[in-house]
Amino acid sequence: MSEKDLMTRRIKPITTAAVIFFLVSAVAPLFVASWATLFALILAKGIVVLGIVLLLQAGQVSFGHAMFFAIGAYTSAFWGKYVGGGDILLYLVLGGISSTVFGLIVGLFVVRYREIFFGMLNLAFSMVLWSLLEKMFPYTNGADGIRVARPGLLGFVFTPETFQYVILYVSLLIAAAAFYGVQRYLESPLGHMLRAIKSNETRLEYLGMSARRVLLIGYVISAFLGGIGGTLVAIIQQIATPEFGFWTKSGEFVFIAILGGGAHAFGAFAGAAMFECVRFYAAAHLADSWQLILGVVLIVIILYAPNGLIGLRQRYRQSGKGGR
Amino acid sequence: MADVLLSARDIKIRFGGVIAADGINLDVHEGENLAIIGPNGAGKTTFLNISTGYLRPQAGTVTFLGQDITAHLPRTITKLGIARAFQIPQLFLDQTVMENMLIAAASRQGYPSGFKALARLPEASEMERLLELVGVRSYAERTARELPEGQRKLVDIALALALKPRLLLMDEPTSGVASSEKLEIMDILTTALAKEKVTSVFVEHDMDMVERYAHRVAVWNVGKIQKIGTPAEVLADPKVQQQVIGI
Repeated sequence: MSEKDLMTRRIKPITTAAVIFFLVSAVAPLFVASWATLFALILAKGIVVLGIVLLLQAGQVSFGHAMFFAIGAYTSAFWGKYVGGGDILLYLVLGGISSTVFGLIVGLFVVRYREIFFGMLNLAFSMVLWSLLEKMFPYTNGADGIRVARPGLLGFVFTPETFQYVILYVSLLIAAAAFYGVQRYLESPLGHMLRAIKSNETRLEYLGMSARRVLLIGYVISAFLGGIGGTLVAIIQQIATPEFGFWTKSGEFVFIAILGGGAHAFGAFAGAAMFECVRFYAAAHLADSWQLILGVVLIVIILYAPNGLIGLRQRYRQSGKGGR
Repeated sequence: MADVLLSARDIKIRFGGVIAADGINLDVHEGENLAIIGPNGAGKTTFLNISTGYLRPQAGTVTFLGQDITAHLPRTITKLGIARAFQIPQLFLDQTVMENMLIAAASRQGYPSGFKALARLPEASEMERLLELVGVRSYAERTARELPEGQRKLVDIALALALKPRLLLMDEPTSGVASSEKLEIMDILTTALAKEKVTSVFVEHDMDMVERYAHRVAVWNVGKIQKIGTPAEVLADPKVQQQVIGI
């Protein structure tokens, strides 16, 4: 069986798993209220990690993607602080626009570089942003961050109990749309060209395409997703702090992408679910050393499922064949 | 005489002490298969690199259909109608042969837009025809990584043909291929070029291939064109035999 057949047979079950995941995200919190915020966070972070997965197609890893996450979050925070009021949809539109514009500006520089230089340049930009957020205390409240007041939705206001479900379902709708859109993008000519950058950029240029432009489009989409995810997390947690743009946050997104696997858009959500669940329960039982548990999980994944959680099924199938 | 497609005038380039081109003048005429022969390091591939925008000469100009392309980028030159096939086939190894072809077709159309799946592009049937033409249709659903070297070479050429070029530049199209397959590959290749009405320039070391398939031969030696003419004229020249062919 060719590699292509294997890929096709792998992708269909993954799409089914994605549908099941979104259904569980919609239904499970109705039975356990505390899961509403947990699932909303998983979905919001999954959207950000989708952007990382997109760049992984081109073989590029951004160690500074949290800057777009922070921009989305701070756009809502600034609006609330300086304009007042607000609406979830307004925050999402503003967060999406600001991160896209910022992504385009940063992207024009970083797409000229590849591999470690691409990763480090992203890190450098994110650290500049983090420093500005930390040091411009009169505007940003420094390390304390800015509170994000609970916004309404289309003119409706909600109690905290209801709001956790509202933001969950908004996150779910956006996550499902982002998942579908990214998967369609990856299957489109541009998505294939993005993958072509990883395997043979020279040939792409000799086919008449600008590899930089192809990567820039992917990068800007990735920044947009980062901004949307950041806006959602700021609304869910009702705060935006400089930590949102710190390098450890970027590392967390890369960690989640590796955990989930980069071969399919669902890897972002599988990784986010695993990450947040481990953190949620490990932090409850091992308050000071939950990172240890996460580290062990990542080591196990790298050793036994180098293609991430979504690569597990293929590995299982192959080991089954080998055993016969 | 047919129209001149590509014209190089007084091209000069050197790499340190190595002279790759020292005042080269060369015309490529529409409809011909021009072979470039010469010792290793003579500057044959450098000429292809200059003609496709990968290198800029230190002096001289290259024109294509009368347009100066000396300072153009490879992708700009590709869009003007010059395609390239490489000595080591340059494929997207993780994608299927058909996906490789469709990426080329999409590039030619200038798609960066649209969310239509690559596999559903209307150019799919045309790409199948080209794969059939170069004899690798049966490999369409295999990933490029799985192909043997000979088939990779043919897919590399099919990729170039997918761009519908006026001129195809090929660097040693039969290198790395078993001797028994060389004739078959060149037969397929020249038939495809004739059918698609594509002019070609190919760098070659195998004199048998040059004699059979080239209309004209240019002998490149120490950055200069030592002789140019029909294969019979050139290969019979005692100096060429001694200095280039090594008889």
